[in-house]
Amino acid sequence: MAGASNQLILEATGLNKSFGAVTAARDINISIERDSFVGLIGTNGAGKTTFINMVTGYLKPDTGTIVYDGRDITQLQPRDITHLGICRSFQIPQLYNSLTVFENMMIGLAVVVHRAGRGGFFSRGEPVVPGREKPLHAVAEEILASFELTSYRGRSAQVLPGGVRKLLDIAMTLVAAPKILLLDEPTSGVSAEEKFGIMEMVMKAVRDAGATVLFVEHDMEVVSRFSQRVIAFADGRVICDAPPEVALVDPEVLRYVVGGHRAQG
Amino acid sequence: MTRDRTPLILLATLAVILVGGFFLPQWAKFLLTIALAKGLVVLGLLPLMRTGLVSFGHALYYCLGAYAGGAVGIVFGISDLLLMMLAGGIAGGLLSLLLGFLLARYRGIFFGLLSLAFSMILYGLLVKSESLGSTDGFNIVPFTLFGVRPDGEWVRYTMLAVAAVVCTLAGLGVHRYLGTPLGLMAPAIRDNEIRVEYMGGSARYAIHVIYVIGATLAGMAGALVGAAVGHIDPEMSYWTQSGEFVFIAILAGTGSVVAPFLGSIIFGVIHSVAFDLSPNTWQLVLGTSLLLIILFLPTGLWSLFGRRLRARG
Repeated sequence: MAGASNQLILEATGLNKSFGAVTAARDINISIERDSFVGLIGTNGAGKTTFINMVTGYLKPDTGTIVYDGRDITQLQPRDITHLGICRSFQIPQLYNSLTVFENMMIGLAVVVHRAGRGGFFSRGEPVVPGREKPLHAVAEEILASFELTSYRGRSAQVLPGGVRKLLDIAMTLVAAPKILLLDEPTSGVSAEEKFGIMEMVMKAVRDAGATVLFVEHDMEVVSRFSQRVIAFADGRVICDAPPEVALVDPEVLRYVVGGHRAQG
Repeated sequence: MTRDRTPLILLATLAVILVGGFFLPQWAKFLLTIALAKGLVVLGLLPLMRTGLVSFGHALYYCLGAYAGGAVGIVFGISDLLLMMLAGGIAGGLLSLLLGFLLARYRGIFFGLLSLAFSMILYGLLVKSESLGSTDGFNIVPFTLFGVRPDGEWVRYTMLAVAAVVCTLAGLGVHRYLGTPLGLMAPAIRDNEIRVEYMGGSARYAIHVIYVIGATLAGMAGALVGAAVGHIDPEMSYWTQSGEFVFIAILAGTGSVVAPFLGSIIFGVIHSVAFDLSPNTWQLVLGTSLLLIILFLPTGLWSLFGRRLRARG
């Protein structure tokens, strides 16, 4: 269970969400501690992405509240939630396909600079990215380098290999200096050999950025290696919330989530 | 990093027009002035098209600007060309600021048709308005510049010089805007609006700003054309006029702020030559030109120059 309340960065209370007859979230209660790495597991349709979509403002819960850093964000728009410090990546990378890798990064930074009221029409010189106090180009290069994407900087996002698209999608979330990062299946569509390498790189970059991480993952090896805590979903409910060594052997989790994997593997 | 040559190209073009225009025959000065004015409207469409939106109703602001420019002459006795253009720009900017709250919510064909609908509403109002001359429109007072009315032979050159200076300044301004953080968001909105929102940007706000910029430029251009022709009528807001702007924009491409002016001049040449050679089928020539551009230069005429500049840069 979470520690003192000032250690909590996110609190979701009594979240319910239905789409017609389908209930995607049933009485979800989750508290996330600052600086923690939390794995969200569950079969397809269990409610993981619905939870992420509610936290990031893409979906509004039918009932319940989401409090971030003491502020109710339940009804805020995605861009306002991003501005507060909650950023996300996507299961299917959401890139600007007609632009190059470098331009993709620059767009993200441009949004951050614009929100900070910098780089206006009459500003002189290249705008400086708030928080990092370096020019736009320098920060873009820095983030690309931390994800080993520098060699791809001039290539169109449309023609990138799957793993690189995934990395760029995640790298773009870091431009806003997030306090909470929600990664939706960061290793999906990535070969087995690349998975751990990508996760190591992502976790290092995220650690350097000082963000709390929630990541949805189907690969239990990745979950056990990179999470400090596991929240298991089934049928829209949270069925287990514990450290990985406990959660991954929990009878209910075994039955609903990882049973098949263990039996096979 | 490649050097940004656009300001240099714009200023060099201005110098060529100011010097070369002096030697052009009167009819060519007039045609070039009209081409530059239409290029100014298309310049305003360029950032909008970079967001993936096409307005089929920019003639609304073109016509409104012309009427506003004409009205300040008749009502307040203001004949200064720059003040008339300022009035046109303000009228276009204010109306677009209002309509933008609605239009910035729509995308694709809905945006295009809604903008078209507004321009046709203005057309309907002007046609029914007796005090504004109904379908005949009205004549504009002869323009002055800083209180001086140019002598007969200098009228067209003065008009061309003003058009060239204003278009250059507008080109530099839009180029500067496209390099600002808000301007950089335009192609991102076209590619993936959801991602823009998730990165903290407001696509609706960016589109609204771009829409107002475009309408302001169209209003200024309308006032310029009104003063150049000396007469305005509701046809300036008709949908075919909006179509002509889109035609030029596709012909030119959105690769550079120089492209709209290049496209507009080429459009003017094709139009004039085709009309001269075949008065009854000139549309066929224009249509064929557009078809060839779409087939062989899908990103417009500017892509030819863009490739060469990139190769050198």
